[in-house]
Amino acid sequence: MLIQEQSRHGRTATAQAPLEMADVSDLPAGLRRKQRAALPEVSELQAVRHYTRLSQQNFAIDTHFYPLGSCTMKYNPRACNSLASLPGFLARHPAAPESHSQGIMACLHELQDMLKIVTGMHAVSLAPAAGAQGELAGVMMIRAYHDARGDHERREILVPDAAHGTNPASAIMAGFQVREIPTGSNGDVDIAALRDAVGPQTAGIMLTNPSTVGVFDRNIQAIAETVHEAGGLLYYDGANLNAILGKVRPGDMGFDVIHMNLHKTFSTPHGGGGPGAGPVGVSKRLEPYLPVPLVVKDGDDYHWQVEHDRPESIGRMTAFGGNMGILLRAYIYARLLGAEGMRRVSEYATLNANYLLARLKDAGFTAAYPERRASHEFIVTLKREAKEYGTNAMDFAKRLLDYGFHAPTTYFPLLVPECLLVEPTESEPKEALDGFVDAMTKIRAEAQENPDTLKQAPYSLPVRRLDDVRAARQLDLAWRPERVED
Amino acid sequence: MPFIPHTEADVAEMLAAIGAESIDDLFDEIPPELRAKGLDGIPAGLSEMDVTRLLQGRARADGQPLCFIGAGAYEHHIPAAVWQITTRGEFYSAYTPYQAEASQGTLQVLYEFQSMMTGLTGMDVSNASLYDGASALAEAVLMAVRANRKSKSKRVLIPKSLHPSYRRTARGLVGNQGIELVEVDFDPATGQTPVAQYEAAAADGECAALVVPQPNFFGALEDVDAVTDWAHERNMLAIGVVNPVAMALLSPPGDWGETGADIACGEGQPLGMPLASGGPYLGFLTCKQDFVRQLPGRIAGKTLDADGKVGYTLTLQAREQHIRRSKATSNICTNQGLLVTAATIHMAIVGAEGLERVAASCHANTRRLTELLCEIPGVEPLFDAPVFHEQALRLPAPTDKLLRALAAQDILGGFDLGAEYPELDPAVLVCATEMRTEEDMVAFRDKLAAVLSDE
Repeated sequence: MLIQEQSRHGRTATAQAPLEMADVSDLPAGLRRKQRAALPEVSELQAVRHYTRLSQQNFAIDTHFYPLGSCTMKYNPRACNSLASLPGFLARHPAAPESHSQGIMACLHELQDMLKIVTGMHAVSLAPAAGAQGELAGVMMIRAYHDARGDHERREILVPDAAHGTNPASAIMAGFQVREIPTGSNGDVDIAALRDAVGPQTAGIMLTNPSTVGVFDRNIQAIAETVHEAGGLLYYDGANLNAILGKVRPGDMGFDVIHMNLHKTFSTPHGGGGPGAGPVGVSKRLEPYLPVPLVVKDGDDYHWQVEHDRPESIGRMTAFGGNMGILLRAYIYARLLGAEGMRRVSEYATLNANYLLARLKDAGFTAAYPERRASHEFIVTLKREAKEYGTNAMDFAKRLLDYGFHAPTTYFPLLVPECLLVEPTESEPKEALDGFVDAMTKIRAEAQENPDTLKQAPYSLPVRRLDDVRAARQLDLAWRPERVED
Repeated sequence: MPFIPHTEADVAEMLAAIGAESIDDLFDEIPPELRAKGLDGIPAGLSEMDVTRLLQGRARADGQPLCFIGAGAYEHHIPAAVWQITTRGEFYSAYTPYQAEASQGTLQVLYEFQSMMTGLTGMDVSNASLYDGASALAEAVLMAVRANRKSKSKRVLIPKSLHPSYRRTARGLVGNQGIELVEVDFDPATGQTPVAQYEAAAADGECAALVVPQPNFFGALEDVDAVTDWAHERNMLAIGVVNPVAMALLSPPGDWGETGADIACGEGQPLGMPLASGGPYLGFLTCKQDFVRQLPGRIAGKTLDADGKVGYTLTLQAREQHIRRSKATSNICTNQGLLVTAATIHMAIVGAEGLERVAASCHANTRRLTELLCEIPGVEPLFDAPVFHEQALRLPAPTDKLLRALAAQDILGGFDLGAEYPELDPAVLVCATEMRTEEDMVAFRDKLAAVLSDE
């Protein structure tokens, strides 16, 4: 039942608002609202009970193994939340003067510095509010760089076919055209196709490495050389930075610009779909274009740099300079880990992925790239199961929910048929991985015996399989008060 | 090891299953010449106790001054239950509800949020959030240019009485797609932007849409009905940028003019989000039913399961980047889900009457603050216009000096208008929400008077 359906006229949680209605008779009547807004009228207990119960209908990292590939669902340390929620941080107004901001600015400045070190980039801006906004900032900087050189013909961004959908969408938002580059059968970018694609129209390439197929592109140096020789720049999609933390740095691979998803690598909460934070790092030649604000240190004092300090900046991505509370959580996580802990992130994420892949292969599942080392994630293709039992990857995914596992990412990347992209992360114990293998094995046995068991799944959740087609055809996107009377 | 559960025995067993000698072997596909030498400069890890000590010191350093700044971010009371429920692990550590059956909690919250936002704005549909108010405006502008079937123009009228950071953010985000934001001057006597000003700005060519803030950056209320109707007469779409708390008192965009605004967006921060230095907040975006397929971002819809039971799922995904890639309405993926959860719980607890009381209290407090400050010689309202909960004041001395002197006494005395509008200098924009008491406001007056008499 919706909170709106529990509403009763006259029942309000009045302890939460000022006790009196102040006089507003001086407001012009013509500008006043005619009817009170349709918000629910419930008691505080009703609201607390309702949302507590709703929370219990979610799978989350805190409750379930959540191997959603490319999303890095690892433990979010509670200290990061409680320390970022200290009153001094929560109460600070975004326009507070620098005299009342030195504490948070110290954290942000140190975070900028740490991100520079782990990525090998020359400078970092924390401004973008999420990964996709970091991508947009990145390609906007590529455009600003070419434009500043009078190189106006470079209007094409190259994107591998395995890339996240945000890559081509971000390039379009920055005013570019997009050209897709195929992935070779071994999972690396098809370098011959890349050589054919580059030219005077090439503004740059957007690359994830390790890629979304879960392998490290061994030709990265050749790719960098090819694109740079053609006059283009290299953009690093940092969605998988957690796979290489402390092992290899995007700056050393030849990338000119990078975004990082702090909600992945630096373990800030995913929150049911955000907030994220998508800082960008750049090589020296792109530094003037970084989005504002930046924090700089002068002696012992921290200062903001905004539009008028950085006239060539691509500008600001949000009104107030970014998701500060998320940046603080990432900073706290980085301080808890230190250099050693950061290296362990990539090491144990990779160990878990390779172990899980080895176990699944032993159990008879097909790896999409069997001859390759997995990075922090890998792809299993259920093509054979689809052919033999008529059960697809989504059926396996839904049945996994019944076994108490959140499903891996399904049907992405699109180039691998019936794929499950599995990312266990470093915070899962061996027992969780073994349990997942057991469940997959049982589900395949069920598929063999009676495929319908999978096709009708899930059975044990608050709802059975939902009708997506109906949702899109008979659009119902908001509750309306008149429906109560229907 | 912090946050890593592996024992030495686990590692040995796992490596044996993989057939590798060491963890380092697992990185053998990375060309050796690229391997990082170290992480020089990253400090060693700290215990939770040490990090706590460090962060407590930093948080304390920023103090807790008495805040009279609004300018797009407002200090409101947040019921204790809001964040206690929001930070439950089941909300906090879930992700985008791709597996709908395992995410009914988040999905129902999104549907309830969309319902509340349409209720508050009077619009037909709402998405499930964008990053913040400014980036929501940028998406609203892109959407309006796509959606206007009567105009092929890529020009949009945007008043200077709109938040300066919103204008800058929007310009940066839409400019690359060839969209021009044409600035409209405000009336220097009132700080408002009447139809005549839009008319003057539109004189040199067709426009696809216009933006109208309610209230505007100066706190002043605009004649939204007249501007909306004028836009529609000219085949333009009308985009409202509104404060959601103000909507408890003021006519909502869905009611503006003859047929209502076409798109309404804004900053959701006043609905249960702490100031937190500027984020995370949430941008909301609502529109008329006709434009739903142009709406960017996640949208939750109601549907039925295999047994005919009601459930919720992400819908109209063919608009989105993970399906449509380069043809998507926007590149947005991760949005502000946890803030949507907080806003939904906040609105459920406060309710329509509570929100109206909050809005009325803010209005009355700002009126009182204006009276008090205007007792000081040389301090007077900058404009002659009705306001919601912010007031622009002319000052008798340089603003930055006064604000610095006040800050030294832990009073944040408002937003320096001259920094954004040199022609208005010396002037300040002040705000008193329901959180400010008579005592606070008297202290502000007395300290400002003292600082001025020291001049």
